[in-house]
Amino acid sequence: MNINFTLIAQAIAFAVLIWFTVKFVWPPLLKAIETRQKDIADGLAAAQEGRSALEVAAKKSEAALNEAKQKASEIIGQAEKRATQIIEEAKSNAKVEGDRIIAGAKAEIDQEVNRAKEGLRAQVSSLAVAGAEKILRKEIDAKAHSDMLSKLAAEL
Amino acid sequence: MTTEHAQQAEHALTPSNYIAHHLSFNTKSIGEGGFWTLHVDTLAMSVILGLVVMGLVWWVARGATAGVPTKRQAFVELVFGFVDDQVKNIFHGDRHSFIAPTALTVFLWVFAMNAMDFLPVDIFAKFMHSLGFDTWRAVPTSDINTTFALALAIWFLMIFFSIKAKGLGGWIHELFCSPFGSKIWVWPANFLFNMIEYVSKPLSHSLRLFGNMYAGEVIFLLLGLWAATGLTGTVAAAILGAGWSIFHILIVALQAFIFMMLTVVYLAMAHESH
Repeated sequence: MNINFTLIAQAIAFAVLIWFTVKFVWPPLLKAIETRQKDIADGLAAAQEGRSALEVAAKKSEAALNEAKQKASEIIGQAEKRATQIIEEAKSNAKVEGDRIIAGAKAEIDQEVNRAKEGLRAQVSSLAVAGAEKILRKEIDAKAHSDMLSKLAAEL
Repeated sequence: MTTEHAQQAEHALTPSNYIAHHLSFNTKSIGEGGFWTLHVDTLAMSVILGLVVMGLVWWVARGATAGVPTKRQAFVELVFGFVDDQVKNIFHGDRHSFIAPTALTVFLWVFAMNAMDFLPVDIFAKFMHSLGFDTWRAVPTSDINTTFALALAIWFLMIFFSIKAKGLGGWIHELFCSPFGSKIWVWPANFLFNMIEYVSKPLSHSLRLFGNMYAGEVIFLLLGLWAATGLTGTVAAAILGAGWSIFHILIVALQAFIFMMLTVVYLAMAHESH
């Protein structure tokens, strides 16, 4: 247990070891560990970023889906409206056409009736003349009474 | 259990002879007087261990990759992280430039030197004897010179950092004005307190480690003595020796850890002003 020069020699050895560690051992280990820590932190951050990006994308796709659904229902609504409109139009067209056809038929019927009336009138006057002739053959002259008869026919 | 035949030829193997022989240093005189002596065994063991341990760590550190580490690198990083965490909790400054590497050096070196206590005392002595070394102490930390050298080096660093952090004036001011205040009539008390602190720090720092390792060695020697007394003694000493060795694993690691922690605490305290 005697103190001697060994102490100084040991202190020098200690100093050299410390210098060696400070200079050559600690820095590369520290660098390796810190680089790895940074890599891991970066990786975690990237994963987090990816997760949030995924979330955003999911939200976006949901929004797009909703929009599409809304548009589709809008289109369907419009189509339904248009269909009823077309039906209404067709109905009114048909009505107008029917009315027109009915009016035409009525006019034709009137015309036919008039024509028949004309024909009948002419026939009635000639019948009346023929009847009167037969009745009056002996008494009257056809020529003398033809004016009166045609007046009569016109009155009919 | 016999060790030195040459010794036996001269002296009868008495317990005191046995222990005294095991506790003798391999000395080499380099000048006049008792101070100019070198403990060859202590120096050789500590320098070899320092080179081996720090060399291994350096070898791993040189090839250290930031990617997936090898098991070797992972182990070194484990030690690195352990030391770094301890330092981080105590010292709040730029620890990477000096204090943390110093702590790593202290921890690994002291641990390796302490671990020499696991070498079986007699077999190792016999081995060294066969190499021509009559006496050889295997555990450098059971030499007061080693522990005191480390503690004194830390002590000087402590004063150096103290002056560096506070300036020479600040340091002297602190010597006289803390812990009791700056009134002139408490200056002597302050100074006395600080002196006691400055003396006790390296003493407790070095003697704690020395005492533990020295005591551990002596107990192994006592068990060796017991083992020489016959069959009963051999069996008892073997069982107790195994137990003591296992317990010593704890002591070796714990003392290295305590020595490192005190180193860090002292150096960190030097950076703080009161």
